Amino acid sequence: MKTARIALGLASVFAATFALAQGAADQRRSGYQDMGEALQKMQDDDTANPGMLFVQLGEQLFGKPAGAANKSCADCHGAGSMKGIAARYPAIPKEANKPVDLGGRINLCRSANQQAEPFAPESRELLSLEAYVAFQSRGQPSAPPSDPRLAPFRAQGAEIYRRRQGQLNLSCAICHDDNAGKKLAGVTIPQAHPTGYPIYRLEWQSLGSLKRRLRNCLVGIRAEAYAYDAPEYVALELYLMDRAKGMPLEVPGVRP
Amino acid sequence: MTNVLINAPKTAKPGEIVEIKALILHPMETGFRPGTNGRLIPRNIIEHFVATWNGMEIFRMKMSPAIAANPFVSFFAVATESGTIGLRWTGDEGFLAEEHVAIAVG
Repeated sequence: MKTARIALGLASVFAATFALAQGAADQRRSGYQDMGEALQKMQDDDTANPGMLFVQLGEQLFGKPAGAANKSCADCHGAGSMKGIAARYPAIPKEANKPVDLGGRINLCRSANQQAEPFAPESRELLSLEAYVAFQSRGQPSAPPSDPRLAPFRAQGAEIYRRRQGQLNLSCAICHDDNAGKKLAGVTIPQAHPTGYPIYRLEWQSLGSLKRRLRNCLVGIRAEAYAYDAPEYVALELYLMDRAKGMPLEVPGVRP
Repeated sequence: MTNVLINAPKTAKPGEIVEIKALILHPMETGFRPGTNGRLIPRNIIEHFVATWNGMEIFRMKMSPAIAANPFVSFFAVATESGTIGLRWTGDEGFLAEEHVAIAVG
């Protein structure tokens, strides 16, 4: 009788922990859930979402031959063949010995296979191609690769995320973990799950990468932003995508 | 390279009120912003947007520098006859974009 009660007690404790764990998983929110209904509708409607203009542009670029090799992306990859690719970036491609984000991967392909000049960071061409490739993974769960070589970079990202920096002496975690869901300058602080990048941010009136968003935050805490090609961004992105593991991609996201 | 997204119904009943929505890629540079060299970036906006139904003008809009980049326009029209809806954007630096969508009324 007593053992049965203990077993029942244990079962209910297990159930409670399980529910708690489930609850914790469910508490992860995308920035999408924290914005107003009008913006959500704008993102959901593919003919009202300005990010779709860039997806369309990216599709055109994907089929356009470039570089000394005079090959287009579609010559190797085929149009619409990039399903699920964006969900597992950043990753370490075979041409490199360090992790690269999706934009970096596109530029690697461009210089190695098309023998063309890599696109400038935040250029319309690069963002459009990124948006077109990532759009094909829309709705798929974020799936960071389990490559053990990524672990130290991910740890570095986690360290940067928790490191206080800048004149305001804030870390990413102070806003996006400890105070997520509260307001900062009238806007809800999101939980740092970058599932919508590249995003169309109304403030930018343009598409922008996660890098640009991170630079915004760094400037906001009055820290010196890393250079555009700094490995710190990729490390942070690795860590952030790991936090968002399993959450569906929503490229191109619209944000205020 | 012009880049436009149009959302208009493909079919409508006679007399039905239809909504036509159009989004276009355009910087809408105001002419008031200094560039990185300190000089003003020249104004580059869409000045006019005109919609026609089988060639007849049904909607006209004058745009100003205060309108954000990639302007989104939505307007209503009464469907009377089958045909083509024409959308035309004109602006600074000889900007011209023209798109057509077919609509069947009946």
